[in-house]
Amino acid sequence: MKPHTLSVLVENRPGVLSRVTGLFSRRGFNIESLAVGTCEEPDMSRITIVVIGDDAKIEQVMKQLHKLIDVIKVSDLTENERVERELALIKVNAEPGTSRAEIMQIASIFRAQIIDVGSKSVILQVIGDTQKIDALEKLLRQYGVKELVRTGRIGILRGTKMVKSEK
Amino acid sequence: MKTGAKILVESLQREGVEILFGYPGGVVLPIYDELYESPLKHILVRHEQAAAHAADGYARASGRVGVCLATSGPGACNLVTGIATAYMDSAPIVALTGQVPTSLLGNDAFQESDITGITMPITKHNYLVKSTADLSRVIQEAFYIAGTGRPGPVLVDIPKDVSTGLAKDIPLPEKVTLRGYNPTYKGHKRQIDKAVELIGHAERPLIYAGGGVISSNASAELIQLATSCGIPVTTTLMGIGCIPCDHPLNLGMLGMHGTEYANFAVTESDLLLAIGVRFDDRVTGKIDTFAPHAKIVHIDIDPAEIGKNKRVDIPIVGDVKAVLQDMLASLKKSTMYEPWLKKIRHWRQHHPLRIKDDGRLHPQQIVRALSDLVKGEAVIVSEVGQNQMWTAQYFCFHHPRSWITSGGLGTMGYGFPAAMGAHFARPDVPVFDIAGDGSIQMNIQEMSTVSANKIPVKVAILNNMYLGMVRQWQELFFDRRYSYTELPSVDFVKIANAYGIEGMRVESPDEVLPALKASLDCDGPFVMDFRIEREENVFPMVPTGAAINEMIGGHPRS
Ligand SMILES: Cc1ncc(C[n+]2csc(CCOP(=O)(O)OP(=O)(O)O)c2C)c(N)n1
Ligand SMILES: [Mg+2]
Repeated sequence: MKPHTLSVLVENRPGVLSRVTGLFSRRGFNIESLAVGTCEEPDMSRITIVVIGDDAKIEQVMKQLHKLIDVIKVSDLTENERVERELALIKVNAEPGTSRAEIMQIASIFRAQIIDVGSKSVILQVIGDTQKIDALEKLLRQYGVKELVRTGRIGILRGTKMVKSEK
Repeated sequence: MKTGAKILVESLQREGVEILFGYPGGVVLPIYDELYESPLKHILVRHEQAAAHAADGYARASGRVGVCLATSGPGACNLVTGIATAYMDSAPIVALTGQVPTSLLGNDAFQESDITGITMPITKHNYLVKSTADLSRVIQEAFYIAGTGRPGPVLVDIPKDVSTGLAKDIPLPEKVTLRGYNPTYKGHKRQIDKAVELIGHAERPLIYAGGGVISSNASAELIQLATSCGIPVTTTLMGIGCIPCDHPLNLGMLGMHGTEYANFAVTESDLLLAIGVRFDDRVTGKIDTFAPHAKIVHIDIDPAEIGKNKRVDIPIVGDVKAVLQDMLASLKKSTMYEPWLKKIRHWRQHHPLRIKDDGRLHPQQIVRALSDLVKGEAVIVSEVGQNQMWTAQYFCFHHPRSWITSGGLGTMGYGFPAAMGAHFARPDVPVFDIAGDGSIQMNIQEMSTVSANKIPVKVAILNNMYLGMVRQWQELFFDRRYSYTELPSVDFVKIANAYGIEGMRVESPDEVLPALKASLDCDGPFVMDFRIEREENVFPMVPTGAAINEMIGGHPRS
């Protein structure tokens, strides 16, 4: 059982996302992470879904997704060389004169950016894989994480390999 | 410029539709107005569920796409059970629903329901048409999707302003292409070769054939595969009819109420050719002990069915007919499995299905009498419950598409309206609905439809004054505590008469044949109320969770 990142190319039509997510809930597959957006083709969208399961389950998920008429292509990125990223916005407690400097230091180690400074808090933006963001979040906890917002994971294959529709 | 309603009706004609089953209402008024003078035949049902089942029965009996039509909201919602039934059994139907005008969508308008949302899990695909200009293309796609690949229901939701709106005729392609939908028809050559090789090496091969053989019209190929090598065949409930019942290689149905010899054969086989099946739990019983010694070849058009419930050795994705043709081309005919067939003959001899002959009225006798009378030249539809299993076990089917039943969903109330639909597909043969007294009352209002339209469906109610199948489970597994399964006596003949239908009550075995003959002699619909032994059970039976060779109510193992 390990997380698999599925890249799903779909028709850019109303209702597609609910077809996809409906399929997951009805067949008892859990979505760990979900990200949807436009892609290089104007009439298609790309959905990146992270699912945890054994090989048989992942195979079944992919086959069921493929049965949806609006799904054009389903690929499991996990078996390939790939880059995966998530983005998080973290609002951390930072009373003036207290821990600000430390927070800034941690941020720079993680190559996170301070994108807003308020009187009582700062907002960090960090991009990375899940582990990196988890690690940063853990470190920031001691100062008080007031709010945390994370995107779903997105992924892309390295090199010349691509997830594209056949035609 | 044409109205959407006109475009719809023309599109249906373009698809070769000859009949649709429907029920009108506010938002479909423009469509009904267009039907008023159209050559399309429309049958007014008495409940939308019946329209969906009738379309489904028509589809299964003919192999063509069936069509039903309902208004928005309650009308559309009433189709749901029928659509789900078609979905579970892969029956191709197109369900057309009216919808509130696009300007009101999402406003909880009068008789608005999100029918595309509701039917998402029970359709192969569905559409909410937003513009009149899209309608002809959508209808073409809907029929294409419903009828190709693994068939299934497609719903098209049409807002009122889309049917009243105007659009120009747009040229449609000869053939639909959808980039997200490309069914695989031809099986992989190497996989097919491997399967053929396994057949050559097997000692105890068995064909396990299902509804996929019927929907792919592959009976002839299946029979050829069986006979050219001498491989015995067992069929699922949905596969019945793909090989004649009296074919020496046919072991009948397997699974929960299968024959003992079919289930024994599965358990002892060393090669299982699973063709157009999906390893349903009612077939496999305890999955780990299903065909425990067999290598499994699985042929199906739906890749998602392969490996879903059971690990297989040789998966072959493709249309059953095309794959079997390729297999036959490379098959050597010499193989024979005489010791295996001998063993099966022995089981068959010592574990036959039984029919009691004690002067009382048993359902098995009735089914057998009908079978002997029509000799396979009829379409037999069933309801759900004991009536369904007795028919599956005791009726001798000779042709594919002559047996129509709700297998996957097990929908009581399916049979009668499906029989109406089947009649329009096969007006040349009598159509019977073998019913239970419970099931028939789930769509009994259709007596009005068959009466008004002189649809000559013959209803044979195996009346045990029980929800018999549930009662059987209570008897066997709940200490005979018959909790809410007893039904009061209903005079079905009087009900039939009230609808203007002839009928007959039958209480003893010697009245069976005369009643069946009377039903055939009657030009119109006919209702038979067979007062059967009330606590008759369906045997043999595999209790849930048991291995399929552990049957109760069979013969002592010899
Ligand atoms: C719509 C629906 N509701 C409930 C059931 C559960 N169920 C399965 S068989 C059965 C009894 C059917 O009774 P009847 O039609 O009289 O047939 P019998 O078993 O007596 O032949 C019931 C209630 C069902 N299959 N379908
Ligand atoms: Mg009954």
